Amino acid sequence: MNDTLLVVVLADAVLYGTPLLFASLGELLAERSGVLNLGVQGMMLFGAVVGFWITQRVEGASAPVLVLAILASGLAGAAMAAIHAFLTITLRANQIVSGLALTIFAGGLGLSAYVGTELGFSPDLPARQRLGSLDVWGLADLPVLGPIVFDQSALVYASWIATLLVGLYLGRTRFGLNVRAVGEAPASADAMGINVTLYRYVHVLIGGGFAGVAGACYSLSISPGWIAGDTLIGGAGWIAIALVIFAFWRAELCLVGAYLFGALSALPFALQARDVDVAPEFLYAIPYLMTIVVLVIASTGLSKRRLGAPAALGIPYVREER
Amino acid sequence: MKLERRLEQPWWLSVAVPLGSLVVAFGIMAVILAATGHDPVETYREILDAAFTGNGAFSATFISATPILFTGLAAAAAFRMQLFNIGAEGQLYLGAVGASWIALQLGDRSAASTPLYVVAMCVAAGLAGALWALIPGVLRAFARTNEIITSLMLNYVAGLLLTYLIFDSSSYWRDTSTLQARAFPQGKPMPEASNWPTFGSEVVVPLGFVIGLATALALWVLYTRMRFGFEVGVIADSPRAARYAGMRTRRKILSVMAVSGAIAGIGGASQIGDFTYTLDGSTTGLQAAAFGYTGIVVAALARYNPLAVCLVAVLIGGLQNAGYTLQGPDFPSGLVGVMQGIILFCALGGELLFRYRLRIRRRSSAQGASGPAVEPAR
Repeated sequence: MNDTLLVVVLADAVLYGTPLLFASLGELLAERSGVLNLGVQGMMLFGAVVGFWITQRVEGASAPVLVLAILASGLAGAAMAAIHAFLTITLRANQIVSGLALTIFAGGLGLSAYVGTELGFSPDLPARQRLGSLDVWGLADLPVLGPIVFDQSALVYASWIATLLVGLYLGRTRFGLNVRAVGEAPASADAMGINVTLYRYVHVLIGGGFAGVAGACYSLSISPGWIAGDTLIGGAGWIAIALVIFAFWRAELCLVGAYLFGALSALPFALQARDVDVAPEFLYAIPYLMTIVVLVIASTGLSKRRLGAPAALGIPYVREER
Repeated sequence: MKLERRLEQPWWLSVAVPLGSLVVAFGIMAVILAATGHDPVETYREILDAAFTGNGAFSATFISATPILFTGLAAAAAFRMQLFNIGAEGQLYLGAVGASWIALQLGDRSAASTPLYVVAMCVAAGLAGALWALIPGVLRAFARTNEIITSLMLNYVAGLLLTYLIFDSSSYWRDTSTLQARAFPQGKPMPEASNWPTFGSEVVVPLGFVIGLATALALWVLYTRMRFGFEVGVIADSPRAARYAGMRTRRKILSVMAVSGAIAGIGGASQIGDFTYTLDGSTTGLQAAAFGYTGIVVAALARYNPLAVCLVAVLIGGLQNAGYTLQGPDFPSGLVGVMQGIILFCALGGELLFRYRLRIRRRSSAQGASGPAVEPAR
């Protein structure tokens, strides 16, 4: 019964939802501090290529190499985010255009492709390491729950911990409260003695790190390997940005949204494996169309009071001009 | 060092800052090239040669510049109202679909009817692009849905639609006349008379580029000499002031999106009429060129000024063209994207100098490291 369509799709929903979850948690942290970063797509792709590079070049046992690769992906994402942080926080540039610039710079036609080709990666290069599923406590064969909950990769379990930590951090700690103050009312936060610039830098960088790890989910786990261009991750970076709006800027709702869109991304593959006679383009278009539908729902009925959006999102903070 | 807000912008800034940004960008790029084992001077010389000074280079540059002239204008038209239409990519595809449809509908005609084809293709492409752009436009105007994400998602949908029309259906656009065409999917060839003419022999300028220049002029008049553009400016700077002044913001969002989408759509018509002469559905053709995203670079570097877009489009078009020509071990793919990204970063950083004046002064001993002195209340 573990190979029924529903179970397969749900298990894949978790697999495909994990990068979305990581990326949207990262974007959530940046946006809660008041900085919109539209460069998620670029940060993810750069993280993906760096992670793959580590697994191809570092010799050693599987586990430490993969841990190193994931850490490197995170650092790569954070490095990309640092450009955005410098431009938008220090140089007060338009956050929207800067984020788009980051996607062009680091994305499928930019730095990630440049690095990939310079290192001689091609789509037919076999991956030397991959993150396998863990079979937690030998429960993978449990009916229904087995493949969905207990037969996933380490990144999936890490993403659950990350969701919990981000939720607790924003809701229950002094630092998290400060972040929210910086995102809602930077002038008041500044008057309270909170270093607005520092908080924004730190959270944009951590957000970039999450996006980098999200990229590693693809190049190390979902389809281990490297393809230049956007093919590896599709439009996942953009869907992650939409998820933050859909989740009303709350960590636990990011999890729900990520798995919903994970299921929508997994559905075409599951249906194709069963020879369903629909043009694949229609199936591939579903996640993108659903993103639009969900955004419309989130921006009309439910958010008449603009639930959750940080009040200072997108606005540079200049002390002299408050 | 201290930043002071400028009260007025001297005229030379709008020339000096973009030029300075370019110089800084090429400087940063030289460091990256050197760090990855390429000789920056040699690479730049090759780019210059392939883009402008080489034999036939300018003609090839115009081919690259034409689509991004349109998408650059489309981005400039929307971004001027703080309306971030990232969907020029998809609107261009839809324009290509519309233009090829009307050209096939008109069928084979005599060579004298080329002007008819040109006009019909531009109108059909403009309509198709405008309608595609109105989807995020309507959602933004009436549901306050973020237009950045919706227009972007529609790019993916438009790309899938293009693939579907040629590869996975027996649509009107697909060539099913021969056995070979059925095995290797391709679009129907356009009627001969629908191929757009070119100008010049030494340097070949496609008709699409000329139409783009005319569009830029029209857009400049619309945005700087007419009430429409004034209202767009007010809405961009202060939506609340615009509402109190009785401007119809919703209607303006719709019309700006339609204008932006129509321009990108005509870019699609130019692709069909000027260059490909068939609807290209493959993921390695039209869809791989990323004209829409490059248009954003062009528009931002031109500071959303339609006339400056023309100049920048040729510049960035040259870079694109060099990228295609030189692609190989010495010039890895992705290099052009990296360069465009750096140019855009530098242009964005340069924006600071428009709004602020850098004043360097020595820190007085009375004012310690603890921070700036308390400001008097305003």
